[in-house]
Amino acid sequence: MTDRRTFLGRALAGSSTLLLSGCYDLSQKPWFTGLLGQVENLSRTAQHIFAGPHTLAPEYSRADIAPVFRANGTLDPGTPDYAAHVASGFKNWRVTIGGLVDHPLSLSMDGIRKRPSRTQITRHDCVEGWSCIGEWTGAPLAPLLAAAGPKPDARYVIFYCADPMTAEGDPEHYYYESLDLTEAMHPQTILAYRMNGQELPVAHGAPVRLRAERQLGYKQPKYVQRIELASDFSHVGAGKGGYWEDLGYTWYGGI
Amino acid sequence: MTVETTEPTPHLPDRLRAALGLTPVAPHYFFYRHRAWVRIAHWLNALCLAILLMSGLGIFNAHPALYWGNGSNFDHPILSLTATADDSGAVTHGWTWIFEKPHDTTGFLGASRQDGEMTARGFPVWATLPGPQWLAMARQWHFAFAWILAINGVLFLIYALVSGHIRRDLAPTGRELGHLPREIVDHIRLKFPHGEAARRYNALQKLAYCFVLFILGPLIVLTGLTMSPTMDAAFPFLPWIFGGRQSARTIHFLCAFSFLAFFVIHIAMVVLSGTWNNLRSMITGWYAIRTERRREPERPIKEDMA
Repeated sequence: MTDRRTFLGRALAGSSTLLLSGCYDLSQKPWFTGLLGQVENLSRTAQHIFAGPHTLAPEYSRADIAPVFRANGTLDPGTPDYAAHVASGFKNWRVTIGGLVDHPLSLSMDGIRKRPSRTQITRHDCVEGWSCIGEWTGAPLAPLLAAAGPKPDARYVIFYCADPMTAEGDPEHYYYESLDLTEAMHPQTILAYRMNGQELPVAHGAPVRLRAERQLGYKQPKYVQRIELASDFSHVGAGKGGYWEDLGYTWYGGI
Repeated sequence: MTVETTEPTPHLPDRLRAALGLTPVAPHYFFYRHRAWVRIAHWLNALCLAILLMSGLGIFNAHPALYWGNGSNFDHPILSLTATADDSGAVTHGWTWIFEKPHDTTGFLGASRQDGEMTARGFPVWATLPGPQWLAMARQWHFAFAWILAINGVLFLIYALVSGHIRRDLAPTGRELGHLPREIVDHIRLKFPHGEAARRYNALQKLAYCFVLFILGPLIVLTGLTMSPTMDAAFPFLPWIFGGRQSARTIHFLCAFSFLAFFVIHIAMVVLSGTWNNLRSMITGWYAIRTERRREPERPIKEDMA
């Protein structure tokens, strides 16, 4: 009886290992990951149909603001260049808007602060599963993009950041992200420079980060320096549209 | 009628024979119990639920804690799985915190062996898909099979409504509900309906299937959707009805384990009420029904001898 039980136990463990390693192997096969990529398109299309371009992410009251808002990813870019910006109070920080536009812009932090602003208390959803509610103030991106005048073939907005993700000086490995034009023009998509009524802290992306409230956290880059409008994003990094996307995360971050 | 003196198989109690799937002792006929579309939907569900549970645990492991409300109150989780290490940094213990009370679950929850080494991870490697921690891939598996489950579920519901499957086979009648206490006692004593009574689902079965179909299924889909920030913009009532995104995540987790409990009981019932007969009927559609012994003139030898 014990023998049979041992045998059954081993058979069960063995077949579960086989099944699991089968799934693990499948996860490395291009044809299978290609299929999963098609599912991503299906999710994106379905969510676009239901959400449309203008529906707003829920907004909350001051009482809902998290006592501790977790800072994730880069907590300090740590480069000499960035340290100099911190020391000077980001006086010389500029955000440029270029690429497929008629009038490239170069904005100082003062210039961004003088623009009409939007304040929103929203929920930040991390891909890991946790959420934090915070208040953000910033310049809506849509009028800035409109001022730059996107060319007809501009489809994506790519954000280049100051935080290196690997060895310093490797331009391919600074954090970057991309949104489609619809999400970039959404009324709650802002270049945020204040958080919970204070200057944006370094851990949360000082002096300016993106808030795109219908997206997960990794789609909302911090330390934004350059914004490029493009017809696609295959020329950046590994060509998947973002730092985490290059590592296998889906480009569509609304789910 | 000839009388044989030697039995072809060792004498076993009827119920054990049935459980082992040996040929029924009593005469029987085959009854077409499950139509093809029910069988296809059933096995598709089984596959989806297994993959969804395991990839879901893989996703959960990225942040193995549950909260109530919209945000994560990191200091006061409802449930969390953590690990502790010794001075050299080697993981030694896994802990399951329920309402902030720790329970040592080393080897299973919080910390378990991966490639022979004690590793900090919520659920163990054999329970997650893909095995080693890989959030991006676990999410892709989860969403792919969530689509299949949802489409299969909606098609099943529509067809079951239109074809009368729900009215005829799944909705318990008032009279059946009156027998419920009796059936619960019978199930506890592992006495299952047989003969003509086995042609129909009993009230407990009907209630269990209706609970999964109309409550658990929709709840796990809706709480899943609530975790998507874009869906919350499209349907702001979603986080509202569940008491927040983190509450929805907690309910989603509880639903997943309710499905697991349903699965365990379902398998137990399948085994106890005749493994092969049940399996055959869900694969080929045909279920063997034992005919009443009293009305059967040609009875098998063994019954005569008894």
